[in-house]
Amino acid sequence: MTDFTPHDIAAAIAAGSLRLVDLTFTLSPEFPVIVLPPEFGQASPLRIQQISRYDADGPGWYWNNITLSEHTGTHFDAPIHWHTGRTLPNNAVDTLPVEHMIAPACVIDCSREAAADPDFLLTRAAVEAWERVHGQVASGSWVLLRTDWSKRSAKDYANLRADGAHTPGPDPQVMQWLVEERGILGFGTETIGTDAGQAAHFNPPHPAHHFLHGAGRYGLQCLRNLDQLPATGATLITAPLKILNGSGSPLRVLALVSGKGSNG
Amino acid sequence: MVEPLQKPARRTPLQRTRRQALPPVIRSRSGMLLTKAAAEGRFALQRCRDCGTFCYPAHDACPVCLSVELALEDAPTGGLVVSETTVRVPADVYFKERAPWRVALVKLDCGPVVLAHLHAGCGEGDRVTMSLQLDKAGLAAAFARPANIPPDAADDPQWREMTASPKFRRALVTDGRTAVGRATAAALAAAGATVHVGIAEPWKPFDGEALPQSCEIVPLDVTDERSVRDLAADIGGKVDILVNTAEYARPGGLLDRRGTGTIRSEIEHNYLGLVHLAQTFGPAMRGRGADGIDSAAAWVNLFSVYALANWPAYGTFSAVEAACLSLSHCLRAEMRPGGIRVINFFTGPLDTEWFQTVPPPKVAPQTLAKAIVSALDRGIEDVFVGDVAEDVRRRLQANPKALEHELARQGNGQAGQ
Repeated sequence: MTDFTPHDIAAAIAAGSLRLVDLTFTLSPEFPVIVLPPEFGQASPLRIQQISRYDADGPGWYWNNITLSEHTGTHFDAPIHWHTGRTLPNNAVDTLPVEHMIAPACVIDCSREAAADPDFLLTRAAVEAWERVHGQVASGSWVLLRTDWSKRSAKDYANLRADGAHTPGPDPQVMQWLVEERGILGFGTETIGTDAGQAAHFNPPHPAHHFLHGAGRYGLQCLRNLDQLPATGATLITAPLKILNGSGSPLRVLALVSGKGSNG
Repeated sequence: MVEPLQKPARRTPLQRTRRQALPPVIRSRSGMLLTKAAAEGRFALQRCRDCGTFCYPAHDACPVCLSVELALEDAPTGGLVVSETTVRVPADVYFKERAPWRVALVKLDCGPVVLAHLHAGCGEGDRVTMSLQLDKAGLAAAFARPANIPPDAADDPQWREMTASPKFRRALVTDGRTAVGRATAAALAAAGATVHVGIAEPWKPFDGEALPQSCEIVPLDVTDERSVRDLAADIGGKVDILVNTAEYARPGGLLDRRGTGTIRSEIEHNYLGLVHLAQTFGPAMRGRGADGIDSAAAWVNLFSVYALANWPAYGTFSAVEAACLSLSHCLRAEMRPGGIRVINFFTGPLDTEWFQTVPPPKVAPQTLAKAIVSALDRGIEDVFVGDVAEDVRRRLQANPKALEHELARQGNGQAGQ
């Protein structure tokens, strides 16, 4: 490692021995956002308002104004997002340590279970079973829950029914255990939130938000292409926008993986 | 006799879409009194306060006693056709294109003799029912229909020029998620229109069963400029009637509300929604006002009557509605050269979720839907639906300051309000 330089990364990517996988959804107005009861404030979906397009408003240039919430599209949750993390130091996207923006990832494949049951919950037992094959989840790494949820149609992706959303996520015990016993950096999902669709009924409610942010850890959601990642060995680049006191941010999530192959 | 209207054939792509020519637009300011009546669907004439004479055409002084006390008053609608004329080669471009055109002198039961457009179902010596209609220029024109109006009367081509009948026309109902939107779609379909219904955020559950089978669901989110533009690119050229049923009403005023989230949403759904629709569908409709039997005909706005006077219990919503009302007058002025009617509805609280705690009377979505079809059939422009709307309008006319105080005291029905 002593001879290692930043250029080596670029060289390895150019040579194909390192591969980049894009884990990001395209930010579009149609992409579902979290739905809360209408009496609460709502996260805005993306809106694109054209400033000019080589026309009278700007003859030589095209650009847009955009509006969106901090939690629209593929996005990052900072600890300040949840009441449990509100008093922590450096808990917002503008103050969190940049060293945390590049970190290894463990990918737990639950796509079969999620296909069979939209309310599938990741348990501690399931993670321990994963660890027996792939080794212990390393401290300071991301744990990504692969469900292939990102491959669904928008309607099945949101999967809203009369009693709320039905989407997979972690149960309270596994979240507390991953945070306290494994020291993970954060937890990432393909679904709209880090928590399961029915997590408001868990104890505590929204356990991923509760435990992650209470311990100063992060969330990633609306990820895709997790099926292109190895169970271990990928490194995520997750740099949220530096929004003043921001609770989260849409971002481009890139994974570095080893091996030959085309870019993701 | 009235020729029954036939379903229009598809257009030949070899012919240009005709531009709208307008009937003569000059009226005196007193003549505008009749336009005010026509806009509301009333048959009203000036009547002398001193001698009781009904006047026509509009005068500045009573033709009998020279009093200047002439006020608009509802008049009896009966009359007798004294003579009829079929104009075969009119000089005016608008009438020339639509010739032959029948007019008649009608002796009104209330006195005056009126030059009126004549329905195909009546002729010399017949008893007629009179109305004031808005012509394609949006101005009052006297119209004589048979005293016993036959069922196919609406098919008369001269009458159809004065209305925006949904029959054989293609309608866009912008939001099928609202109760009013669903009721309106059903009512328009029942009235013979082909109906497109916009649905925003198709990933949210929507019960398509609530709409008639014949309705076509299209993706439309009025808050999203691009979504509106995309739909207009697809069907903008074949929307003859647009009914904007998108609504976003929330209880609350200014001081006891944190932040601007709700207020922004009110602006985005109501004001900017109207802007997005107008900028995309408006020009296409304006270009097709004279496009045959299924020409573009009407743009329908559904406003709260509190657009006219702020109700602080729904204070910021009222303010946005006021902005929308103002904008609708701009839209009306810009659509008029194309012969498109902009019809504004004013209602009190609707019988919907966001007026849940407001005590009755409230306007049922079906009532409003029925009123929309009726207004299109009659070609009127300003419609007050329900007791509350009528009441607010009356009180506003009588004493705006009193109404301001009354509305300030009127809660939304919730405890502590």
